[in-house]
This record gives sequence, C-alpha cells and structure tokens, in this order.
Amino acid sequence: MTSITGSGGHAGRELGPPVTSIGVIGWVRANLCNGWLNTGLTLAVLYLLWATLPPFFNWALLDGNWFTSSEQCKASEGACWSVITANIRFILFGFYPHDLQWRPLLAVVILIVLLFLSRNRRFWGRGLLYGWLLGLFAMGLLLKGGMFGLVAVDSDNWGGLPLTLLLAVFGLAAAYPFGVVLALGRQSQMPVIKAFCVVYIELIRGVPLISMLFMSSVVFPLFLPEGMTLNKILRAQVAIILFTAAYIAEVVRGGLQGMNRGQYEAAESLGLNYFQTMRLIILPQALKIVIPPSVSILISAFKDTSLVVIIALYDLLKTTQTTLTDPKWMGYSAEAYLFLALIYFLCCYAMSNYSRKLEKELDTGH
Amino acid sequence: MKGTAQEKIPFFRDPDKLAVFYQALTALGVALLAYYLIGNTLANLERQNIATGFDFLGREASFEIGESLIAYSAANTYGRALVVGILNTLVVSFVGIVLTVILGTLLGIARLSGNWLLARLSAFYIEVFQDIPILLQLFFWYAFFYELLPGPRQALQPFAGVFLCNRGLIFAVPEAHPAFAYAGIALLLACLATVILKKWAARRQEASGRYFPVLQTGVALILGLPALTWFVAGAPTAMVTPVLSGFNFKGGVSISPEFTALLLGLVLYTSAFVAEVVRAGIQSVGKGQREAAMSIGLRPSKVLNLVILPQALRVIVPPLTSQMLNLTKNSSLAVAIGYPDFVSVAGTTINQTGQAIEGVALIMAVYLFFSLATSALMNWYNKKIAIVER
Repeated sequence: MTSITGSGGHAGRELGPPVTSIGVIGWVRANLCNGWLNTGLTLAVLYLLWATLPPFFNWALLDGNWFTSSEQCKASEGACWSVITANIRFILFGFYPHDLQWRPLLAVVILIVLLFLSRNRRFWGRGLLYGWLLGLFAMGLLLKGGMFGLVAVDSDNWGGLPLTLLLAVFGLAAAYPFGVVLALGRQSQMPVIKAFCVVYIELIRGVPLISMLFMSSVVFPLFLPEGMTLNKILRAQVAIILFTAAYIAEVVRGGLQGMNRGQYEAAESLGLNYFQTMRLIILPQALKIVIPPSVSILISAFKDTSLVVIIALYDLLKTTQTTLTDPKWMGYSAEAYLFLALIYFLCCYAMSNYSRKLEKELDTGH
Repeated sequence: MKGTAQEKIPFFRDPDKLAVFYQALTALGVALLAYYLIGNTLANLERQNIATGFDFLGREASFEIGESLIAYSAANTYGRALVVGILNTLVVSFVGIVLTVILGTLLGIARLSGNWLLARLSAFYIEVFQDIPILLQLFFWYAFFYELLPGPRQALQPFAGVFLCNRGLIFAVPEAHPAFAYAGIALLLACLATVILKKWAARRQEASGRYFPVLQTGVALILGLPALTWFVAGAPTAMVTPVLSGFNFKGGVSISPEFTALLLGLVLYTSAFVAEVVRAGIQSVGKGQREAAMSIGLRPSKVLNLVILPQALRVIVPPLTSQMLNLTKNSSLAVAIGYPDFVSVAGTTINQTGQAIEGVALIMAVYLFFSLATSALMNWYNKKIAIVER
C-alpha cells in the first residue's frame, strides 16, 4: 500500500490512505461494489441468500426432528431427520446380520485408517503397500467370515456403505494394473497389440457404465460354463473394473506421453530391454505424474458405484431408497437424500482437496 | 547389425522376432478367450432355449411408452419402440447440452468475477454439484416432483401461465397462427443473410481495411426480421393457457416430471464441470494478451472477440465436447427414474424377449456411434483451429 509523505514543514508525517479504501469498507468497495454492475450483482446475490437460507435453516435445524417417531414427524412442520436416525443401521449396513454389524464397521474403519495413512507422503513405501494388501484382505475376511471363528455371511446380505466402498476401492485397486498394461499396449510399437488395446479402450470409453452393468447382470452369466455361477456383487465388480481400467489407461497414457524422449534413449543406451526400461525408468516417473488425475478417477469410481442401484445391489443409495418405501417413512426423500449427498460430498471433497494439495507438492517445477 | 552378426542372434534376443512372437501370442490368447466365451454362450443359449438374432425387432412390442416424438402404440414393433427410445435420448441430450453450455459458461465467468460474493457462491456450487453422484441428484429431483410439489389443484405458479405441480411443468403457448410460420421462415432467411454478410465483410476488410459491424447487424437482423414479419402478419398475441379441468390441466404444453427431473439433474451436474472447463480456458489466456490488445487501442468487446475468445476456445472446446458426451452417456440413467430413453426401452425389450446379448449390443452400438461421431467432429474442428505455425 502506498503512502503519501507530507512535504514542507511536516516532513516525516505520513498520511494514511483514505479510510474508504482500507479495512472493511475498502474491501467491500473493492470486492463487492466496484461499479454499478457489481453492486447490482451483490444485491441480487444477497437477496437470493436471504430468500433461501433462513427458511432452509428454519426447516432443517430449528424445526427439525431428530429422534422422533414418524407420527411426531408428520405432525411437525420441520425436517424429519428421524428417518435417518431411526434407520441408520439399515442404511449403513443393509441386510448384514444385526449382531455382526461390528464387522463391516471395523472393515470401514480399517479402510479409513489406511486412506488416512496414505495421505501422508512420509509413509509412502513398501510398508504401506503391505499394509494395504493386509488391510484389503482383512476387510474381505471381516465381511465374508468363515475363517478364524468368524461366522460366514453370504454376500447377498452385504450392503450399504461397506459395499459402496468395497466396489470403489477394490475396483480401482484391480483396475490400476490392468489400466497400466492397456496404456503400455496402446503406446507399443507392435500393431496387433496396439490395435487390441485401442479398440478396447475406445469401446469402453464410448459406452455408459450402465450398459456394462446390464451386461454384468444379464450377459455375463451366459459367458460362464454350465454349472458355474458368479454372484451378483462379483459380476458388478468385474464390470466396474473393466470400465475403470479404460479410463485409467488414458490417464496413464498421458503420463507416458509426458515423459521426455531422452529417458527412453538413456535407458536404451544402458542396454536395458523393454521390460527393464518400463519397470525401472519410465513407469516410476510416469505414474508419479499421474497421481493427481488418478485421484480424480477414484472420485468418479466412488460416485459411479451408486449406479449399481439399477441392477438392484444394495449399496448406500439402494438401502436408503428401501427405507423410503417403508410406509412409516414415506415422503421424507428430501431429508434422506440430503443426508446421502452429505456423505458423498464429504468423501469426494476430502479426496479432491487432497488431490489439489498433492498436485502442488509434486509439482517440483524444474 | 549386418551379415554374420545377425545370424548369431538367437531368436529370443532378436527384438523383431520377439515382436512377432508376442503379437502372435496375444492374438492367440484373445482368440482362445473369445472361442471359450462364445462356445459357453452358444451352449447356454441352446440349453435355455433362447432365440438368437435380431428377428425380434420386427415383432410386436406390446408395451406402452410414456412419451414419444413419433406416433407409437403397443401394437408397433420393437424396432419402432427402440427408435422412440433413441429419439427421446437425443431430445433430452440436445436440450440438456444447450442449457448446460449456457449455465456452465455463466458459472465459469462468475467463478472468475471480481465480485467476491458471486465468485464464492459459484465456487461453492461447482464443488457441491461435482461431488454428489448424478444418480442421487436425479432421485432427488424426481422425489422433488412427486413428493414436494403440490397436485394440479394447488399448482405453483412462478410466472403467469406457467404451472409447476406433480404432473410436471405446464405452460401456455401462443395459439397457432400462420404468422409464426412466416416468422420462422424469416428467422432462417436472417441467419442465411448474416452468414453471407459475415463473408462479405471479411472480404471487404481484407481488401480495403474498412470495418463493418457484423455482430450488431447480425443480431439486429436475426431478432428484427422475424419480429417485423410477425408484426406485419397481424401480430397475433392469443395464448393457449392451461386450464385446470378435473384432476389435470387441459391446454398448453406439459412436460412430464420424469423429463424435467432428468433434464434438471443432468444440467445442474454437468454445468458444474463445464464451469471448470470454461474457467480453465479463460485463465489459460495470458494476462499479457489482454494488455497488448488494449494497448493497441481495441475496445473491450473487440479484445474479447478478437483476442481472448479465439485462444480460450481452443482450450475450452475439446474438454467441453467430452462433457457433452458425458451428459449424453449419463442420460442413460433415465432408466432409474422412468423416463423412456433408449436404455430404458432396450431394458424392457431384453426383459420381454430374453435376448440379452442383442439388447446390450444394441445399447453399446448406439452410444458408441454417438461418441465416435462426436470425436470425428472434434478431430475436424481441432484441425481447423490448430495454430498455424509459420
């Protein structure tokens, strides 16, 4: 900020900027009311907020019912959050046996702890990888049971939040290696392999996920030999993996194309063969570049798992809808969907925030 | 690598021979997998007595479709039902894309606005709507229509002649009159004239350096000519207003709740992504470009039209196209809220005929056609606007 130094006899006495251009008033003038257009826009936005926010807060918080019965809700004017609190266990865990619901809960906690540890780049390394493998195995074991004295639970009963997370995390974990292979294939010099990869990637990216899920529910069973069946969740998981892999392949391809030619040439001049070049030189660098876009893919995969509703799997969205078909709780869709939206928003926001932070950190900017 | 040296290389160290070997191996693997799957499938089809082939397209569909652009009844064929579905998909995608581009552009500009409040609000919108699954948003709007909106008798009336109730959106339309047909022809003529005018103005400016205000004249032509025609043809102002009769409205145009909910969900979701694309595009044009343009004395509108937009569009258009494609693909979620789009009709067809493979193949083929057509268009556009290096 500039200051005007008084001249003449009062040398050294500084005049501050006028009170209207600093502090709160100055900020408001500069950011909200510079010119007619902006003043008008500010007023319009303020009016919009004034017209919507107070009624919403009244409805949601002041008049909200949190732990009431459905009769009390019907008598009240406000939001009926009781539809969630009364059915929270079904919404979160679906048809999982009531007494055993600590198991999916523990599985979700393990996943969250792993994700939380992975946030910190100091922990990145072999240890974390083994941690993930162990964690994923433990999650599967906790859900499925049948070993170490845990009662087996049929996967038809899996549902709610664990199913949503399972489809997203396992989907991405399994799709990643496949996607990397596809990307390498697409960049390959061998025409036959390249053609297969290009056709696969473009085919999958050209169709909506829902057509893959339809395929998993009605066509996959026909592919299998007589007598062999795959359960519905596994089939949907396969469809999600096949679908996500094509998108990962394109992201990884971006990373491969971003590599300097000199890297390939240097590796060749050292006498490394193709696999050594890729494993030791190219992939470690290329995969580092594509970490931020990979997180975006994780976010879309997480959101896309909600599509399994259409083939009648009981994920978070389906359990909520089932709750809403209960005559006692009919008509409170707004509250239930807002609650779900909050869950999805918090998860995705955390991930996208992290991805932005990572992008800044990894940008070494040579 | 010549002569004797080449003969000594064993085949497993010769990259050329290895390449052939790997490719043959891959092709063989894929062929075996395909053989295995097709074999299983044929055996299963045989065992379950499922017909194959596309003969079912000619058979009677015997199911009704809620809304259709072309005449359709249950007595029509599956083929016609699927065409109805494709048209419905195209309609919702087209309207959705137009609205999304408008809303997304406004949001993207608002995001960069100097007005702090507006920029914050826009950023909040973009973050929230990107992070909530589209299907959840669709369910929310669908529930909004069926649970929160009143019945036709207590319909909301945001503007005169527009009614919002659980039967959908109903609004008044002008009464049929030949003046509107004339105005339509006038509009077409005005568009044609503007194109010719633009070419002529460009040629004249190249030759003589004299500038002609094409934009202003064009807008005046396109708006003015139809209005004038309408006025000369008698200026009909009669409207067909929806009137409540019994349990529903009569007259006017009504849009079903399914269509409105689908459109609302798709537009609100996709415009958050489009806003980010637009913002990135505008920000990609360096500050120096604007300053240089202003320093050679261009007016602000010229700066935008001649300097900023051509460069920003080059960055904006490719991701924008992929967002449009995403919208089209996401419109397949219509099946979840009962709008009869292509996937929904194909799903019914699969259920009735049991011919799942053909049904899913049709769905994939149609969407694949959409995306290949779009990317062909995209490549052509990219080539057209690519920077000409000198």
